[in-house]
Amino acid sequence: MLHDALLVAGKDLRIELRSRVLLWQVLPFGILALVLFALALGPSEAVLRRGAPGLFWLALLLAAVLAIARSAGIESAEGTRASVRLLGLDPGGVFLGKSCALLVELSALGLVLDLGLLVLFHVDAARLALALPLALLAVVALAAVGTIYGALVAGTDVAGTLLPLLVLPALSPVLIAGERGTASVLAGGGPGRWAVLLAVMAVVYVAVGIVLYGPLEEAS
Amino acid sequence: MLAGVDLDLEEGSVLAALGPNGAGKTSLLQVLAGLLALRDGSGTVLDCDLATARGELRRRVGLLGHHTTLYAELTAQENLAFALRAMRRPPRDAGPALERVGLTGRLASTPVRSLSAGQRRRMGLAWLIARRPSLWLLDEPHAGLDPSGRDLCDELVEEAASSGATVVLTSHDADRAEQVSDLVVTLAGGTVARTAAGRRARRVA
Repeated sequence: MLHDALLVAGKDLRIELRSRVLLWQVLPFGILALVLFALALGPSEAVLRRGAPGLFWLALLLAAVLAIARSAGIESAEGTRASVRLLGLDPGGVFLGKSCALLVELSALGLVLDLGLLVLFHVDAARLALALPLALLAVVALAAVGTIYGALVAGTDVAGTLLPLLVLPALSPVLIAGERGTASVLAGGGPGRWAVLLAVMAVVYVAVGIVLYGPLEEAS
Repeated sequence: MLAGVDLDLEEGSVLAALGPNGAGKTSLLQVLAGLLALRDGSGTVLDCDLATARGELRRRVGLLGHHTTLYAELTAQENLAFALRAMRRPPRDAGPALERVGLTGRLASTPVRSLSAGQRRRMGLAWLIARRPSLWLLDEPHAGLDPSGRDLCDELVEEAASSGATVVLTSHDADRAEQVSDLVVTLAGGTVARTAAGRRARRVA
């Protein structure tokens, strides 16, 4: 499983490096969303700081949907699905590999959006750095759920519109826990139970994905 | 949709399936590849039961379909190396296979999306050469190929069959298909409408 996971992750990242969809489409979308949120809140630094955690996670979530769609789209081309199924790859390994590639991409996206928080929302840099481990846990959960739902809609004619409808509600617990934990850290406290909750979500989603990915691929 | 198809193929033989569009040729290949489940009936391919051992079967067949094999953003070399690694085989086997089909130098390192339809088909053939499957499934393999490519395809079919692999191909070119095959079946409406001996059977005999 680990061999296949590394192989698939390497392949997905190589395709991203070549196509640069994340760099030229997903990243600008995330930054644009964050800028619009900042404009909507107005110039008050206190208001911006208060809204920063929620709007960061919202921007990351919306941009993540694009990244998830792209990740699923790599496997959805006509001919690709049949060819890959004939390779005999371990479905759990494929899930882990795609999730790892998505984790790397979303982590990079999150770091850029963190810089946006510093510039646009005037949050404290040291406190923001303390929130990074919590964000990493949330991104693991995001990547796992995204990969599961990407496989679920792959092969349908309406994957582009169906994916956000299905994945956004499924990701809302991650959004809530991420926002509460980040808000707590930025306010000078610790992530507390939100970090524990995100860790549990990450482990559960990864385990579910390893088990479900094969049957989902067969069914779609 | 296939119904009442009853086929018995020996190792090292070549079967050509002819028929109009929608006759069931591609469905037949997908069933033989273990990609399409049988709703009814039974079958054994390479000693793998089509109801219970499709996963094992998939690892032993090679399919050349209508569309781009694997990933359009990767080069032919990268695609083959990825597939070989997936099968725990050395990626260096990709080079000779690509050379055999004429995809060398710049063509081997061009993203597949930038290759012509014929070159993509050649890449699919290279994948079959590198994979060395026990069962070759070729869906209209001559489509999109230039004359030299069609000749190469026929050579590869003959080489595969001579080495003991079984080949099933579909075609709209009845003369060409009959030339390279031991058995020709004509499908119509998902059933076998006609069976005839191919010229290869007479040559080999």
